[in-house]
Amino acid sequence: MIDFLWLALIAGTGVALVAAPLGSFVVWQRLAYFGDTLAHASLLGIAFSLLLTINIQLAIIASCLCVALLLVLLQTQRQLPSDTLLGIISHSSLALGLILVSVFDTGRLDLTLYLIGDILSTSQHDVIMILIVLVIVSSLTWRFWKHLLAITVNEELAQVEGVPVKKVRFLLLFMLALVIAVAIKVVGVLLITALLIIPAAGARYLSKSPIQMVFISGLLGCLSVYAGLASSFYWDTPAGPSIVAGTSALFILSLLIKRYST
Amino acid sequence: MEEDILLKASNLSLKDGNKVLLDTIDLSIKRREIVTIIGPNGAGKTTLLNILLGLRKPSAGLVYKSANCQIGYMPQKIQLNPLLPLSVEHFLSLASTHSKTSIAQMHVALKRTGVDALLKTEMASLSGGEVQRVLLARALIRKPNLLVLDEPVQGVDLKGQDQLYKLISDIRDELGCGVLMVSHDLHLVMASTDNVICLNQHICCHGHPESVSNHPAYIELFGNSISHVAAYTHHHDHDHNLHGEVCETTLKEK
Repeated sequence: MIDFLWLALIAGTGVALVAAPLGSFVVWQRLAYFGDTLAHASLLGIAFSLLLTINIQLAIIASCLCVALLLVLLQTQRQLPSDTLLGIISHSSLALGLILVSVFDTGRLDLTLYLIGDILSTSQHDVIMILIVLVIVSSLTWRFWKHLLAITVNEELAQVEGVPVKKVRFLLLFMLALVIAVAIKVVGVLLITALLIIPAAGARYLSKSPIQMVFISGLLGCLSVYAGLASSFYWDTPAGPSIVAGTSALFILSLLIKRYST
Repeated sequence: MEEDILLKASNLSLKDGNKVLLDTIDLSIKRREIVTIIGPNGAGKTTLLNILLGLRKPSAGLVYKSANCQIGYMPQKIQLNPLLPLSVEHFLSLASTHSKTSIAQMHVALKRTGVDALLKTEMASLSGGEVQRVLLARALIRKPNLLVLDEPVQGVDLKGQDQLYKLISDIRDELGCGVLMVSHDLHLVMASTDNVICLNQHICCHGHPESVSNHPAYIELFGNSISHVAAYTHHHDHDHNLHGEVCETTLKEK
């Protein structure tokens, strides 16, 4: 098979696997809008990388982490409800990012590739980055699984029972920022939340425990990536959107399996 | 007596901007004592509980916790996301994040609260009363000497409320633990409470349930209407267990 397709397959598999635990927590803790906000903010990171001529991926990770930190700080205030706050930050950073990119771009950047992803141009460097994030996120999730699950069920209860709630919540957002930063390559800024929540939501119908849901979600994510890449290869459809369409198809399939198996 | 005190608060106040949420609260809970906080909506009951639990910081005042105080907490209402596939067993295993909770421990706790058949059931499919009993079991797994219960009978029918309060008072007798709970209805908890604190930002009155129910401050807060409801007591010659089957009466009517 052709080289670039191999790299795309490895990158896609890595991102699908790393998105599985985070996607599950995003679904359980209703963080979908939060994920969107981080993704949109990454456009600001892209703009700054152009401005300061630094590595784009590092700039994306840095901007995601900054926004995650800002959101954690802002959520302790009680003036604005959380969804309004997210809406303001999400769309302001999207707008500002688009403006800055078009102002500072000297013609070498195709914005569409960041909006809908560019998995077919994955480089070895990208693959290494994705694998590093995969290792970091899976070992942290493994190590703090019980804490993460405890704050998902009930934060007050977890805190009384001795879980360092604030630290664990920050850990979750930190991992989410990392995953979003590497997943932009695969499905782009606009569709990233889909890759997080749709496989997890589909996995819900096929699983009986939280861990099972994470693994099935990873499996569904991988299958969607392969289906999307195949469709892109044979019918020349855009890869990122095809992958997301694949997750939707698998979601409907698992819904049907659940319905007709009981 | 001093060494029996598990938790003590002195001069607690909480302000949010100019609004006074809690005003110079003093209270203490001893071993084997059931203290019930009652008060109208917005009186600051849950806020006070959260401060005592260390979930929130007071603007002024101190909370003193004795060195051996192990708290078992039951939150007000647990909102479980239906997308989280969580069995009762898995839910209980989260009670201790340091050590592993054995199935035997879970079984004992669930049996104590009368829901041992539910171990493998999904949390999302439990009824209101069952959820409260599972929550109580989770608090018991931690071998507490102080149980803190926020509206323990929420979402439970009247009959079940009576049974739950009886269960709580039995557990107190068995474990010799202190119990601090929030309730909206004094008359339901009367039989099983040693000390009532009537809260409306400040402590309006406190003491034994009978004396509180006659206190002018209490009557002003709740009116006389409650006593009419409570005046209705009757006796059953049979009882229903959690599955709705008729069984011998286990509950002693007040």
